[in-house]
Amino acid sequence: MIRDSMRMVTLGLKSLMLHKLRSSLTTAGILFGVASVIAMLAVGEGASQETLDQYRAMGVSNVLIRSTKPEETQQTSSTSSSWSILGYGLTYAEADRIQNLLPQATVVRVREFQRGLMHGENWASKMIVGTEVAFLDVANLRIKEGRWLTELDQQHQANVCVLGASIAKALFPLENPLGQTVLAGVEDRFEVVGVLDTQGRAASPNGFTLDECVYVPMSSSRRRFGDVVRNPSTNRWESVELHEVKVKLPSSDQVEDAAAVLRFMLQPAHATKGDFEITVPLELLRQEEKQRRMFNLVLAVIASISLLVGGIGIMNVMLATVTERTREIGIRRALGAKKKHIVQQFLVEAGVLSALGGVVGVGLGLIVPEAITYWFGQKTSVMATHVILAFGISAAVGVVFGLYPAWRAANMDPVEALRHE
Amino acid sequence: MAAMDDRPVIAEFADVHRHYVMGKNVVKALNGVSVQVRKGDYLAIMGRSGSGKSTMLNILGGLDRPTSGAYRVGGRDVSKLNDDDLSDVRGREIGFIFQSFNLIPQLTVLENLEVPLFYQGRVGAESRKKAEYLAGRVGLSGRLEHKPMELSGGQQQRVAIARALMNDPLFLLADEATGNLDSNTEKEILDLFDDLRPDGVTIVIVTHNPKVAERADHTLWLKDGQVEKLVDNRAAARDGDVP
Repeated sequence: MIRDSMRMVTLGLKSLMLHKLRSSLTTAGILFGVASVIAMLAVGEGASQETLDQYRAMGVSNVLIRSTKPEETQQTSSTSSSWSILGYGLTYAEADRIQNLLPQATVVRVREFQRGLMHGENWASKMIVGTEVAFLDVANLRIKEGRWLTELDQQHQANVCVLGASIAKALFPLENPLGQTVLAGVEDRFEVVGVLDTQGRAASPNGFTLDECVYVPMSSSRRRFGDVVRNPSTNRWESVELHEVKVKLPSSDQVEDAAAVLRFMLQPAHATKGDFEITVPLELLRQEEKQRRMFNLVLAVIASISLLVGGIGIMNVMLATVTERTREIGIRRALGAKKKHIVQQFLVEAGVLSALGGVVGVGLGLIVPEAITYWFGQKTSVMATHVILAFGISAAVGVVFGLYPAWRAANMDPVEALRHE
Repeated sequence: MAAMDDRPVIAEFADVHRHYVMGKNVVKALNGVSVQVRKGDYLAIMGRSGSGKSTMLNILGGLDRPTSGAYRVGGRDVSKLNDDDLSDVRGREIGFIFQSFNLIPQLTVLENLEVPLFYQGRVGAESRKKAEYLAGRVGLSGRLEHKPMELSGGQQQRVAIARALMNDPLFLLADEATGNLDSNTEKEILDLFDDLRPDGVTIVIVTHNPKVAERADHTLWLKDGQVEKLVDNRAAARDGDVP
C-alpha cells in the first residue's frame, strides 16, 4: 500500500517533469500564496504583539487621566491677548478627591515641563516630569543604576533627578551620570541619583517616550517651575496644575467601573471645557485583541483568495495535462486501470504540484519575516499554527482543484481515448 | 477449430450485435457475429473498413459491450459487466498490442512492463523478475532502464508484446500490430508471435494486411457486420489456394 503510494508519487513527479516550466510556474502560484500568507500573518502577529505589549506596559489595572487643552480656546487664542493665562486641566484638589473616592487605589500625580537639558556640551530639549514615589511602580519602570525618588526628596524639595535611559545616554555619553549635575533651563540644577532601564515603549501623549524623560520630585518641580508655564509651541502662558493623574487599582477587574466613576466625578467641573481625557489600557488591550481577530479574518480571506488563484492555476494545468495525455489514459484503461486509478493518478499529480509549492512556500514564508525584521526593524512572529494552516490549505487546494480534471480523465471513453492523436 | 477440437474455448462471441444510434439512423456495426477462439489458436480478423473489424476488436478487448448477444471470456459472460469489473477483465485476461505501440513515454521499459500488474497491486520484486524474463523473451534484455523514445519501432513493439504478456492473459489481442513497421521489422514481429506459440499463447490479430493474416491459422472475414467466411489458412496453403 505504502509502496504503491510512493510509486504513484514518483510516477506523478515523472509526469510533471515532462513540462518543467509549466509545472514550476503552477507551483509558483501556490508557493507565493503560502509564503505571503505566512509572512502576512507573521507581520500582523508581530505588530499586534508589539501593540499589546505597549498596552500591557501601560498597566492593565491602571486608569490614566490626562489634562487636554480645550478645543475652543485654541481657535480663539490668536484673537485673545497672548498675556492672558490659559487655565485648564486637572487640579491638586481633584487628585485628592480621586484618592478619597478610591481609597484602595494608588494615585500618582504628574506634572510635565519641556525644558532644555544640559550637561557640559551635551544638550537636549526633553521633558521634565515632576512626580511621586509610586510612579515607578504604577508606570512599570525599573531602576538600572542608583535609586528612585524618595519621600524624603519630596519633603525636602530636593534638587535630585532620575534619568530615562536615552536622555542619560544623550547627556552622559561617556561618563557615569550618577552624582553629576543636569542643568534644566537656565538656572535649575538637579543632581542625578538614578538611571532607569530602557523601556522601549512608544511615546506617551506628551510626545516623549519614558526613556526621554527626566524625573524630579513633585514638590521640587512646583517650587522650581511654578504652576504657570509658558507653552513653547504656542508661546502662551498656561496654568495647568496636573498634566496627568495615574490611578492604579488593586486588580484589573475594577478598572472599567473605576473609569466610569472617575468620568462621572470629573465631568461636572470640566463639562464646558472638556479638558480631560480618560484612558483605560485594558480597554485598549481588548480593542486591540478584537482588532487582531478582525485582522486575522481579513488575512484569512486574502489568503483564501491567493490560494484560490493558485488553485485555479492548478486546475488549468491539470485540464491541459489531461487533454494532452488522453492517449495515455486510454492505454492505462486498456491495460486494466479502473476509473478510480485514473482519478488517483491525476489527483496525486495535482497534490504533488501544490504540496511542492506548499513546502517551498513555507520555507520562503519563514525567511521573509526574518528579512522584514532585519531590514525594516518591524517585529514579526511566525506561529506554528499559521505554517500548518498555510501548508494544509495548499495541499487541500491541490486536491480540490485536481478533482474535476481527474474526474474528466477517468470518465473518458477508453475507445475514444485510444484513438486520440 | 476442427469439430473434434477439445481445447478449451477462451473467448466466444454468441450472436453479438453492436448497434450505434447516430441521430435518427441505427448503424449496425456488428450484426449477429458468432465465433469461438480456443486456447492456442492464432486467428486473424480481416475485412474492409466499415466491415465491423474495429467494433469487434473493441468488444473482444473489453473496451466496449455488445448491444445484444453474449461475449464470454474464459466461459464467463462479460457483456453485462460494469466498468470496474470490465477493467479487471482487461487487466487480467487480455493482452493488448496496438498499431502505434502505445508505450507511456515518460516511463522506462521496466515501468511500462509493470503497468498492467500495478493496477492489480502486484508490483514488486516478482514483477521485476517477470519483466526481466519477458524482456529477454522478446530479445530486449538489458534495455529495461531505457525510455521508449530511445528504442526503434520494432523494439518498442517488442516491449509492447512483453507488456501484453506480463499478466499471463488468456489471449493476445493485436490491432494492426505491424501497421507502423517496415516489412523487415514486420516479419520479425510475426516471427516473434510464432516463437511465442509453443508457450501456449493464443493470438487474435485484427488486420487489413493479407500478408499478416496468412501467418495465422485461420482468417475470419467480416463483411457488413457479419461473418463472411472463416478460412483455414493451413488447409488453403496445402490446397495451394492462397487468398
